[in-house]
Amino acid sequence: MASRYEEAHAGVEVILNFAASSELVTQIDNGAPADVFASADEQTMNRLADDAVGARVFATNRLQIVVEAGNPENIRTLTDLARPGLLYITAAPEVPVGRYAARVLAAAGVEVTPRSLEANVKSIVSKVLLGEADAGIVYVTDVRAAGDRVTGVAIPDSLNVEARYPIVALGGSSNPVGADDFVSFVLSATGRQVLLDFGFGAP
Amino acid sequence: MLAIVLATLAVAVFALPFLGLLWRMPWSRVGEVLGSAVARDALWVSLQTSVIAAAVSLLLGLPLAWVLARANFPGRSIVRALSTLSMVLPPVVGGVALFFSFGRRGLFGQYLDDWFGIRLPFTTAGVVVAQIFVAMPFLVLTIEAALHQVEERFDDAARTLGATRWYAFRRVTLPTVRPAIIAGVVLAWARALGEFGATITFAGNYQGRTQTLPLATYLALESDPDAALVLSLVLIAVSFAVLVGLRDRWLGSRRVPGRAVVAA
Repeated sequence: MASRYEEAHAGVEVILNFAASSELVTQIDNGAPADVFASADEQTMNRLADDAVGARVFATNRLQIVVEAGNPENIRTLTDLARPGLLYITAAPEVPVGRYAARVLAAAGVEVTPRSLEANVKSIVSKVLLGEADAGIVYVTDVRAAGDRVTGVAIPDSLNVEARYPIVALGGSSNPVGADDFVSFVLSATGRQVLLDFGFGAP
Repeated sequence: MLAIVLATLAVAVFALPFLGLLWRMPWSRVGEVLGSAVARDALWVSLQTSVIAAAVSLLLGLPLAWVLARANFPGRSIVRALSTLSMVLPPVVGGVALFFSFGRRGLFGQYLDDWFGIRLPFTTAGVVVAQIFVAMPFLVLTIEAALHQVEERFDDAARTLGATRWYAFRRVTLPTVRPAIIAGVVLAWARALGEFGATITFAGNYQGRTQTLPLATYLALESDPDAALVLSLVLIAVSFAVLVGLRDRWLGSRRVPGRAVVAA
């Protein structure tokens, strides 16, 4: 997305900073010089209150069970995650995907005790990829991004949650014109196509 | 004069962040946070693991420091470099390396699992292992430096007077480097207590089992910054108390090597 924007706007450099949404909000609260913020859920975006007026959902995402490549533990359903001896990890409840995953499990009536509450979704993928954890619930886009180093197990639509991603040009930005421009680009048809190409859903 | 100015600046570098912390401290919430299960569990995990890590670091690190300082063998510089390598390694990288060696699928970990059923990742023992990995170099470095300063000829003098190697070590060398040993243990303990990257990577984060005080503080920062401040206060208070308490009693007294040589 950033490279497409830079191509279309000569001379503009887009600096990206990735982390768990909750961590980013803490940074912004403490003065990080950000112009645009995109969050993995609306609850985290709301923490910014006045600074995030006008936030709009630009993409959606779905959850998927991630397991080691080849699915050696033969996990087929959410209920399989509760299997004794299975090492399931999730994200801490402060992190959006941690809350989304809890909702999915609650909807399925499955009770699992995680072995670890990770600080962000990428470390869940890494640990499953390395074979140190058996399974985790992450976004479909994460499974896709990891390619054939992991295997994804689908969650039935009826139990899945739709993660809604809002984006906003921050009130405290020192470059409001550039910020608005970038947000418009993300919301445009071009931006939407980029997101769809990577596996995100339309807003 | 310049020295005083620079020294004052140095003190400011250390003091200002703490002053900032105290200034923002939500004093009215201290009791509530300290009484919470999260805080108590985190403190217990942290104290338990850091003390064990410091003890193991002493048990293994003291002999290593002695061998590095006294024995002359080929490849000594490589061994020394290896012993202190984890000090310069980013802690998260250390955590990943621990996965590759002691993880479920690790080089050695897979045998630990197959033969003994021992699993280190995501366990309290895993926290201790991660802490030892990052903390032991501090102990080795401190003690080895001190051993270099103690002249070998005192050892030799004691031996010519009939002392065994072990006796000479115990009664001659050890008392002289005692301040350095204590300093080394304290440094290793402090490093273990504050460890974050390697533990969160290798041992994960789970209240009561692997969530140390630094981990609890980091996560609290995202949901309840006030609680994070109080947890920080606990860490600082504990560390401060140990450092101040120990410094006065043990590290203050300096004994001249010459005076340490007392015939058995």
